[in-house]
Amino acid sequence: MSSSATRVRAIYTKEVREYRRNGSIIAGMAIIGVIFVIIPLIEFIALPASTSTALHNGDALAYMLGIPALVPAFVAAYAVVGERQQGTLEPALTTPIRKEELLLGKALAAFVPSLIVSYAVYVLVLACIKLLAQPAVASALIEGSDVLAQLVFTPLLVGWSVWVSIAVSTRSSDVRVAQQFGILGGFPPIFVTNFIAFGAIHPSLGLALILAAALLIFDAIGWWIVTAAFDRERLITGTR
Amino acid sequence: MSAEIEMASGEQRSGPALSAERLTKRFGERVAFQDVSFAIGYGEIFGFLGPNGAGKTTTVRTLGTLIAPTSGAATVAGLPLTTENGVRIRQRIAIMPEAPGLYLRLTVAENLECFAGLYALPDPHQRIERALQAVNLAGRANDLCGKLSKGLRQRVSLARALLNDAEVLFLDEPTSGLDPVAAHEVHELIVGLRERGVTIFLTTHRLEEAERLCDRVALLNTTLRAIGRPDELRRQLFPSALVVRTLTPLTEPSHVFDGLPAVKSWRQDASGAYVFTITDASIAAPALTRALVAADADVLSLAESRHSLEDVYLELIDEDVEAGAQ
Repeated sequence: MSSSATRVRAIYTKEVREYRRNGSIIAGMAIIGVIFVIIPLIEFIALPASTSTALHNGDALAYMLGIPALVPAFVAAYAVVGERQQGTLEPALTTPIRKEELLLGKALAAFVPSLIVSYAVYVLVLACIKLLAQPAVASALIEGSDVLAQLVFTPLLVGWSVWVSIAVSTRSSDVRVAQQFGILGGFPPIFVTNFIAFGAIHPSLGLALILAAALLIFDAIGWWIVTAAFDRERLITGTR
Repeated sequence: MSAEIEMASGEQRSGPALSAERLTKRFGERVAFQDVSFAIGYGEIFGFLGPNGAGKTTTVRTLGTLIAPTSGAATVAGLPLTTENGVRIRQRIAIMPEAPGLYLRLTVAENLECFAGLYALPDPHQRIERALQAVNLAGRANDLCGKLSKGLRQRVSLARALLNDAEVLFLDEPTSGLDPVAAHEVHELIVGLRERGVTIFLTTHRLEEAERLCDRVALLNTTLRAIGRPDELRRQLFPSALVVRTLTPLTEPSHVFDGLPAVKSWRQDASGAYVFTITDASIAAPALTRALVAADADVLSLAESRHSLEDVYLELIDEDVEAGAQ
């Protein structure tokens, strides 16, 4: 393993250990995800079978893509400013770690649990619909293309939210402010998914490819943008 | 406390371990430190003293490549202090900051594992074990850092700084919060590191610690006010003096003391002791002893007046305060 990979893994392992010691971090992310879907889920379960025809024409479950856009902010926004407030950032920066490596380790540590929570909540919702909703409603809501869209867009949206939140975290001086702005950063994709869910935007393969490509590009350059925003001197001294 | 950390690099070392040439750091209009120049050899313990806000921590951060100097030049562990050399310099040095900055939810061993990973050390577990042994914490490896006392956290922080066998070790108040026994053990560890060629840059407010450990000290108060061995600084600032205490005051002391060799002047202080400003103790002390015996004086003691590093420090800082007031 290269030195760079070793350093990224050191940061990632440290973060995961902290999650394990403080289970409420991941539990909090899961609860936010569940709260996000609980009301629409109840509505889906309560729908009569007669509405299934109308459901076939929409993408109600696109709403679920709001979860991966929202959930990562809770951990990623803490990544830099939290360590700074705890006084643990400076000792880490005295080591040979490059800022790119530090940020990648932090991003991965926010990405993995966010992805797991997002998929888990999606699976839970699908299971509830399958088991509790009218069969006709369930088959109208759960379509192969929707499931594929969730599988593809969830990691892309988690990546968006992680980089936006870490970018906020590198520039903020307070964890609470970073979390608030990190959550706000997840709103643009939430607006898009809601417009799709409520029929204001009609999804197509072309649109899906354009959005996926845009997110992929953002996720790739997000690392570079956040690295540029990471000012070692300002973070340590609070000046500049 | 044993210092069992060995130098990782067997490469030949020449030139100073650490040097600064008119190094300056400003934050906008505010000067953190300016025109700081020094050179420190390998295996030297260098004390860096100064009042709060003097720029000591900023100097350490600058030399540790955490912040960039505004002007001037420096070399750290033999490498020029440049942005490009940042990673290489940080591989060769270690910084123990004043606040331990430990991950409180992780155990002692997990904290050190993280830093062993950040240094990409080849044999992390062996090094962690040695570092913990060096600070007498081998039995606390699985304790959560959040449950340790301040003093134990300080020792974990020191163990962390020992992990990478640094050539230059920056220690910021390493004995802060430690009990006298633990502080003594840290002192022994520092001396042990020096014996193996590690350069120690010691920032401390404990002047007796600096006096006991440091080969040389520098006093910073935004600019470098003094630099040298503690004895040299004492000689520069305070004239040599002898102090004589007698059971009863002499009836005519001027008859006894005037004209003695190597004695420039004398006075009687508030306690009744006679204080002699001298040029050479090896001449003045025997002459003074003979004069006192000849005068049939009831001598209680005759001793060389010792000024501590604290006296030097206070003298220089007082000068700065007076200059600032004017």
